[in-house]
Amino acid sequence: MTERRFFDEMALQGGDPRVPYADYARWFSNEDPKSLLKKSAEAETFFRRIGITFNVYGQKDADERLIPFDIVPRIISASEWRVLEKGIDQRVRALNAFLADIYNKQEILKAGRLPEHIISRNAAFLPQMIGMTPPGGVYTHIVGTDLVRTGENEFYVLEDNARTPSGVSYMLENRETMLQMFPELFTKMKVRPVSSYPAELRRSLGECAPPNFDGTKPAVAVLTPGIHNSAYFEHSFLADHMGAELVEASDLRVVDGRVQMRTTRGYKALDVIYRRVDDEYLDPLTFNPDSLLGVPGIMDAYRAGNITIANAPGTGIADDKALYSYMPDIVEFYTGEKAILQNVPTWRCSEEESLKYVLDNLADLVVKEVHGSGGYGMLVGPAASKKELKAFEAKLRARPDNYVAQPTLALSTVPIMTKAGLAPRHVDLRPFVLVSPKRVHITAGGLTRVALKEGSLVVNSSQGGGTKDTWVLGD
Amino acid sequence: MLGRTAGGLFWMFRYLERSENTARLLETGFRIALTGAQDSDDSEWESIVSTAGVRPAYVAKFDDDFDQATVINYLLRDRDNPSSVMSCIEAARSNARMVRTALSSEVWEAVNEAWMTLKDQMKRPVSMKNLAEVLTSIRQHSSLVRGALHGTMLRNDIFDFARLGTYIERADNTSRILDIKYYVLLPSAAYVGSSMDNAQWETILRSVSAFRSFRWLNEGEVTPMAIADFMILDKRMPRSLAFCHSKIVGNLSYLNHDADPELPCLTQASQIHARLSGRDIDSVFDEGLHEFLKSAIADTGRLAAQIQEDFRFYG
Repeated sequence: MTERRFFDEMALQGGDPRVPYADYARWFSNEDPKSLLKKSAEAETFFRRIGITFNVYGQKDADERLIPFDIVPRIISASEWRVLEKGIDQRVRALNAFLADIYNKQEILKAGRLPEHIISRNAAFLPQMIGMTPPGGVYTHIVGTDLVRTGENEFYVLEDNARTPSGVSYMLENRETMLQMFPELFTKMKVRPVSSYPAELRRSLGECAPPNFDGTKPAVAVLTPGIHNSAYFEHSFLADHMGAELVEASDLRVVDGRVQMRTTRGYKALDVIYRRVDDEYLDPLTFNPDSLLGVPGIMDAYRAGNITIANAPGTGIADDKALYSYMPDIVEFYTGEKAILQNVPTWRCSEEESLKYVLDNLADLVVKEVHGSGGYGMLVGPAASKKELKAFEAKLRARPDNYVAQPTLALSTVPIMTKAGLAPRHVDLRPFVLVSPKRVHITAGGLTRVALKEGSLVVNSSQGGGTKDTWVLGD
Repeated sequence: MLGRTAGGLFWMFRYLERSENTARLLETGFRIALTGAQDSDDSEWESIVSTAGVRPAYVAKFDDDFDQATVINYLLRDRDNPSSVMSCIEAARSNARMVRTALSSEVWEAVNEAWMTLKDQMKRPVSMKNLAEVLTSIRQHSSLVRGALHGTMLRNDIFDFARLGTYIERADNTSRILDIKYYVLLPSAAYVGSSMDNAQWETILRSVSAFRSFRWLNEGEVTPMAIADFMILDKRMPRSLAFCHSKIVGNLSYLNHDADPELPCLTQASQIHARLSGRDIDSVFDEGLHEFLKSAIADTGRLAAQIQEDFRFYG
């Protein structure tokens, strides 16, 4: 099959490079492929030494794994980035306005723009957050908007990741690695830096200090489930680079109405917690009385205005895939503008007509669980066998409201370095967004995830995906 | 600093010290096996297992079979042995991961690389033929971690907790080595001066890396009294009890800052230190070497527990 079906971000149909890749392609053509392959191997050693590894759940004795890294950068032009930036900014502001509305006046429901059951059946909805305004009115302090591309000017938002997006440490370490391996490229091309992210994160979290904070510099900590969590490296990385404490729930206690950490010299109060634990493990008193995990009373301190929790509890409702399908309406309702970034058309299987369509066209669609993430539990129709389709059909019929379906997108490709030279592979992009009462800050770049298997459309690291450095070019 | 972080640092460096101690014992056994100082090969390996303090667990697993290859692999890489070099390196690295934000990247990378390299080298049983190479590697990696610690870490609480872990473990180790062999140092032993004794004395000195420095200081004259003096009271000797406890008092004084009243662990440490200063080895023998060492081991254990409590390692 010689016909090209996918948009390649590096090469045009005739083989000439697209404009953003022109300088890179010229440089590449003068390089010795063998020495480039050697550099790939070096990169792996580098990652292992600094310990950028993740633990795989359910594999007790398995080695810590590396997410494979590809040395060909993903390049985005300044003008392309401007559009994305505007679109993300709009979407994130709408998300925050939506969350504030849902937990307060619920005007979008009253206006009939969103059916009530989308909220009432949403497992991530927290009644404890009703009528409560988080410090500075910010719900989603950190967002990782997943984008995919299908053509020259066609970008789609795939997921909003308003809860606890991960991967930013890879964005930063990928860049460090590229700077070390190819310093000459960075002198030839104007690549916008990403290294200020930890400082920006610290600043942004500081700007969200709780109402009762009266000092000069808020005390910030990263709350991690501990060294066995798959993203532990990232938690320690961010704490380290922000100069914040890395705490576990067992280090924290509510004393005199404030969240305090146990230090070698007694208790010390915190102002802002960047938590990388799920809502239900925050406070056993409020959410999960049977749980031994969490910080008893932290929600009371939160309601009293003594601590900021980022992201706010209850933001997970925005990650629901049924809700996702309403995002164009949500953006319009709160901003008064049409959404700049497109949504992928989504069939809600809870609706009878949609379900019928999905069942009739299962082999062409991607079907996802409403609350799923990480690429688990989904069906990629075109890649599934007859038997798998049959099995999934049964699941769909049994619990239609647990699923949504989307057309199989023709994801763009960017080449990766293989033993046989450059070879196109499908990619997505996760830019990282910081929200404070003062501003929305988007780092120029993000994490490009790449499906390493030829033809595969699944980029999740848990499913064998890799990553690339992402270059946004300056003007 | 978080109490949990202080605890993690303390244990990270205890385990690193322990891995070195175990490796040093193996080196001693290796050396003696090579020089053939013993009539029967296995008896010296049995003594090495006892000195490492893991005899009961060893016997439970292998009965009384102190075969050279079995001992080497038990001490080097057996996961059932919590004091094996590999178990210690793994525990040290796991603690290092937990306290990673308190470590310079040089220290973290040195520990992580030690773990990666040694794990690879000890994937398969280590034979007598490549034991030397593995022991050299352990020694080099320990030096790298120590060098990174001294060269790149701020001299603050973090450093003090790291050093405390090292010296507590070392003091414990030195007193245990002496206690297991105390009988060969007793003047009343019937076979004083036999070749058997000389080998035992050499084992003691080598297992604290002090064979050459001792000979150098004593111009070749080896007496049990002088060995005990060197390892217990000599402040020049970096593994002696006096040296370790003077360092512990130093680190705890920094950590105490201006606490009023003084932290109980500092008071305890000062008392231990005072008992070791300004006394001579005769009085130790008068007290009874074994009794002295037994109480030294108990003192160090109590001090470690008090440090744990005073700095809220666990709660």
